[in-house]
Amino acid sequence: MSEPRDKDEKKKDAPLKPDETSRREFLGGAGLSVTAAALSGAGALLSGSDEAEAKATWGEWFQKNYRLMTEDEKREAVLRLEKRYTEEFGKKTTVDSAPAQEGVLFGYALNIQKCIGCRRCVYACVKENNQSRDNPEIQWIRVLKMEKGNFLAENMDKGYPDPAGIQVGGNAYQNSGVVLEGEHYYEPAEVPEKGHFYFPMQCMQCEKPPCVKVCPVRTTYRDPDGIVVIDYNWCIGCRMCIAACPYWARRFNWGEPNLPAEEMNPVTHYLGNRPRMKGVAEKCTFCLQRTRQGRYTACVEVCPVGARKFGNLLDPNSEVRKILDKKKVFRLKAELNTYPKFFYFMD
Amino acid sequence: MKPLIRFALDSSMYVARGSAIFYGWIIFLGFLSFLMLLGAYEQFTKGMIVTNYNDQVSWGLYEAQFVFLVGVAAAAVTVVFPSYVYHHKKMKEIVVLGELLAVSAVCMVMIFIMFHMGRPDRLWHLIPVIGIFNWPHSMLTWDVVVLNGYLGLNAVCAFYYLYMKYTGREVNKLFYMPLVYISIVWALSIHTVTAFLLNTMPARPMWFHSSLPIKFIATAFAAGPSMIILSFLVINKFTKLKIADEAIETLAQIVTWCLGITIFLGLSEVVTELYPSTEHSFSLQYLIFGKHGLTGLVVWYWSAVVLLLAAFFMLLTPSLRKNHKLWLPLACVFTFAGVWIDKGMGLVVPAFIPSPIGELSEYTPSAIEIVNTLGGWATGLLIFTVLAKGAIGVLLGEVKYRAATDLASEFSSEWQPVVHSSEEIRK
Repeated sequence: MSEPRDKDEKKKDAPLKPDETSRREFLGGAGLSVTAAALSGAGALLSGSDEAEAKATWGEWFQKNYRLMTEDEKREAVLRLEKRYTEEFGKKTTVDSAPAQEGVLFGYALNIQKCIGCRRCVYACVKENNQSRDNPEIQWIRVLKMEKGNFLAENMDKGYPDPAGIQVGGNAYQNSGVVLEGEHYYEPAEVPEKGHFYFPMQCMQCEKPPCVKVCPVRTTYRDPDGIVVIDYNWCIGCRMCIAACPYWARRFNWGEPNLPAEEMNPVTHYLGNRPRMKGVAEKCTFCLQRTRQGRYTACVEVCPVGARKFGNLLDPNSEVRKILDKKKVFRLKAELNTYPKFFYFMD
Repeated sequence: MKPLIRFALDSSMYVARGSAIFYGWIIFLGFLSFLMLLGAYEQFTKGMIVTNYNDQVSWGLYEAQFVFLVGVAAAAVTVVFPSYVYHHKKMKEIVVLGELLAVSAVCMVMIFIMFHMGRPDRLWHLIPVIGIFNWPHSMLTWDVVVLNGYLGLNAVCAFYYLYMKYTGREVNKLFYMPLVYISIVWALSIHTVTAFLLNTMPARPMWFHSSLPIKFIATAFAAGPSMIILSFLVINKFTKLKIADEAIETLAQIVTWCLGITIFLGLSEVVTELYPSTEHSFSLQYLIFGKHGLTGLVVWYWSAVVLLLAAFFMLLTPSLRKNHKLWLPLACVFTFAGVWIDKGMGLVVPAFIPSPIGELSEYTPSAIEIVNTLGGWATGLLIFTVLAKGAIGVLLGEVKYRAATDLASEFSSEWQPVVHSSEEIRK
């Protein structure tokens, strides 16, 4: 299956002319059976990747789903990854496998009154969690720009049917307040812009997550501390979870992720921010590589206005619990009954 | 064991012989399949970045083919049901062709599933016991079960029927009939489950309504039999097998009324969504009228409406429906094309536009997607051509088990190929 390196180098130059061996491999495998097809697919995937990765990929290809691994297998998988990432990125990389802590249920609260739309959280998250930087560019947090809305006298009589009696006023078509309009590409010189407020979204770590229910191979599941995680090595890339997520929180590695070695964060977790491979889904994990070690998430740390709060929902003295106690709180799309652990609030 | 080997050999020999038109057709399909292999190599090595999918529209052309072809596969029941439940004699003679179409359609479905997956190399994760099969929670696992079951049922039924005919024996009803009845119910299940796969996601309001499964069945039983009628007309023209007009007429009526139900359901959906015109109707608004100046699918939608309405009125008129020279094939092509558009550009793609956060982003397939899609269809048609040709040989009695003969006589000088003159065909 794996081929000499020099051939692969050639192939990169001429992608449309695969050399004979791998094409034969590919054709031979494709028709026989599912496993053979999968094997040849693996062969095709292996060619054109670099050496450290190719070796590890072979071992990874046969490994079990993370949850079902014995302690030894977990250790083996982690060591394999550490070796591979260290070689690949040229820096000592650790892959943590810390399980969920007892008596912890992570929750998040975001003050939409304070958010100024600066998107520092977006970039801190990208930096912390090793997302692909370009082609595909992946960002887990999206900050939506909302219009405060405006009522104008000249729109008073605009509507239909016209002029037989107006049923719809012209103002009905101007956004006032929270209507999801999906504007997250705003690029003004300065934020906050006049007449707007901001509404960040990311994975809500639902207690009843639709993504987990639809996953055919249970590669995504809810860990005991309430974080919905993904075993990237078990994902088959069917994108059911992406279609099922009502918060548009999941991203897909359409191509091989591009993560510059100098920007790679070497402190990783198996279920969190370790570098991903192409063809798998990923999303926010409340920075579990940090939060399971008692730290804040990157987005909470970086927020300049303190709009983001994070803590243990089971601890009555935690920030999040105090907010739930004292502030006006709502959940986004509560009617879908997914019970997000990500709350929005106002003072 | 010997008759079995002979069956394989005889039918292969029969399939391998054909006219220039037949070879041209095979070469054409083979060429497209070959292009697909190049496209597949490209996609499996570089990842899905070679398609035009994105995080907003994460399903597209491949999933549209998958949804459509599951319907075509299910539509084999429109041949099986009249044959064995209503004892439609003329239909019973050629019931096996419907089953073979189902087999080919499911093969195509498998091809498009492979293209759909980000990591086809990890397909084994889905296999129970060695992988994890999230059943009964995940609708996709139900789909895996019903599709593979259906493939098995139809392959066994068709093969057994042909093999018995080949060896000149009667089918064992105790074995065969239960399978047939199971496959009738099963056919409904495959497309129902495919509908459930989509409409169990509140995140996609356009799919999230309970008329989707019945609309799936109606569209499938309009497009599928259309394809079967077309293949029957081709078989009538190019082979000695003569398919009775009564069989084609029955199918044409099924197409007519399923088309009527499809149009009715389409109308219901439009009224239900657009009258209150809530946020949940944005996808449909985008599809039918365009939204925020984006009108990528409007032309497709209205072309499907025109095609389906035109086909419906053609099929409603008995004189046109019974005209096998022009009007019936035309109506079938219209139905097929209309439903194909309706299931792809009219259902799969717009559900992702706008995204759950209200973002509109348009999607057009890339060249590689189109090549792979054409190749997937070509591969399926190639499988169907080969299977159907072998089956026709058996049905005509030209491929028969002769215990007395041995392999040597096949290649002796007395052997003459079976070639039909055009006079013979016209009889």
